[in-house]
Amino acid sequence: MPHFAKPAEGSWTEHYPDLGTALVNYEDSISPEFYELEREAIFRRTWLNVGRVEQVPRVGSYFTKEIGVLGTSIVVVRSASDQIRAFHNICRHRGNKLVWNDFPREETSGICRQFTCKYHGWRYGLDGGLTFVQQEGEFFDLDKADFGLVPVECDAWEGFIFVNFDRDNATPLRDYLGEFGRGLEGYPFGELTQVYKYRAEVGSNWKLFVDAFVEFYHAPVLHAKQAVADESQKLQRYGYEALAYQLDGPHGMVSSWGGMSPPKDVNMVKPIERKLRSGLFGPWDDYLDAEPPPALNPARSPVWGMDSFHFFPNFMVLPYFPNWVITYNYWPTSYNSHIFEGALLFVPPRNAFERLQQELTAVTFKEYALQDGNTLEATQTMLESRAVSEFPLNDQEILLRHLHRTARQYVADHQRRQPGTPVQISAVS
Amino acid sequence: MPTLPPEFADLEPFTDWCLRTEAERYAKRLASSMDEMQAFYDAAFPRLEDAYTYLNQFDLHALPEDATQLLWLYYSLVNVSFPVEVWRQPRVPDSGAASLDAVVEPAV
Repeated sequence: MPHFAKPAEGSWTEHYPDLGTALVNYEDSISPEFYELEREAIFRRTWLNVGRVEQVPRVGSYFTKEIGVLGTSIVVVRSASDQIRAFHNICRHRGNKLVWNDFPREETSGICRQFTCKYHGWRYGLDGGLTFVQQEGEFFDLDKADFGLVPVECDAWEGFIFVNFDRDNATPLRDYLGEFGRGLEGYPFGELTQVYKYRAEVGSNWKLFVDAFVEFYHAPVLHAKQAVADESQKLQRYGYEALAYQLDGPHGMVSSWGGMSPPKDVNMVKPIERKLRSGLFGPWDDYLDAEPPPALNPARSPVWGMDSFHFFPNFMVLPYFPNWVITYNYWPTSYNSHIFEGALLFVPPRNAFERLQQELTAVTFKEYALQDGNTLEATQTMLESRAVSEFPLNDQEILLRHLHRTARQYVADHQRRQPGTPVQISAVS
Repeated sequence: MPTLPPEFADLEPFTDWCLRTEAERYAKRLASSMDEMQAFYDAAFPRLEDAYTYLNQFDLHALPEDATQLLWLYYSLVNVSFPVEVWRQPRVPDSGAASLDAVVEPAV
């Protein structure tokens, strides 16, 4: 019972013939050896989103970011020349973490004129230069010019700050983000300064949470108990079909219908949603008057609701034009654990009613994400049983097929660059 | 105890729901019985429209103290609406041990 047209090949998956339609091996999500390879092959070689420019509004504004997957911490700062810079968060004297508060492992933020090491008082300017050494005369031929903070390549796209740890990186951020990045330029991200952020430690491989958010095949089933009963049964009979899927290099996107914002029939939604004209898909009323950028709604469907863009490896942007955006970041901490960060960015509310509309959306988001997060641990534990190792992915799961294939390719390319015998893992082949 | 605007004196028995942060509201929800949440919902939900109409007369960033308390109470109503309207239990079904902490939320 197709509701929306598919490509001429008969399916989204076959439209991209390299993907194949075979069963997919999930060893890449349960193998500690594969995870070790991913750290270098993927996370040290791609642009990683670490924040937004609004987090560093003034010269001297800074925040730290723990990058556990690479075993480091960085400090991102707006420098005196008004550029956003990133540095490894390490003092050049004897390796102390430079910027932290009471707890060395916790992230922090603030504003300062310079960075001063807590240990021996070495100071660094906002451009990373070493400016002061305690008892400098005690050192041996120390030239301060040689001991600045170690920079990390840093750039911003549409206000999203990215870093790249690859010292040989030759791909500018905008090129890396490709067609989707260019096609989203002009979206009023900068207007969305009312921010909610959520964080969870999830007991699953990072790719499993990306999986969960790049398919909506699960939505009518896993989230059935979120809706009023009649509506829930209707949604489950209907199932889920996307308006469109697109792949561009390592990235992917899915475009979805928007029947719930506002719903065709208000009896489909909960009483509080009717009163506040809001819900999971955001406030039903538009606050901004803006033109949608070209990447949105690629099918140009009149029933369009929202798109989900996955920028490989671990960043997603879900623009609910024009009022608000969700972003997701997935930060691996081991082969079977990661930190999930979800942010909701809204146009600042003009009054209490709009504020309550946004509160309802934010709380609803959390309830759905709790169900998603819990399910991931259930999946991870059973995948690790290896009772079954290959799984059928349907056409609405094309982005999962693409993600796992891309991860395997990055690892295989990395192994080819290494001298010696590659680690043999079945999923790599 | 917080005080609400005089027009909302009928909600005074529920001012323990006037909580500033999402973490406090969510924790109170998990610690409450369905009967307690139902009583709060039955009193506050019918006055939702009155409440936002009242609050909308003010600049959101310059709310009088009693209006701020009223807004916080309605954030709590949003939080308890899920168990009361659909799940009949304080936690979302099938969420087991999962947690998701609000680490940044709007000042107002």
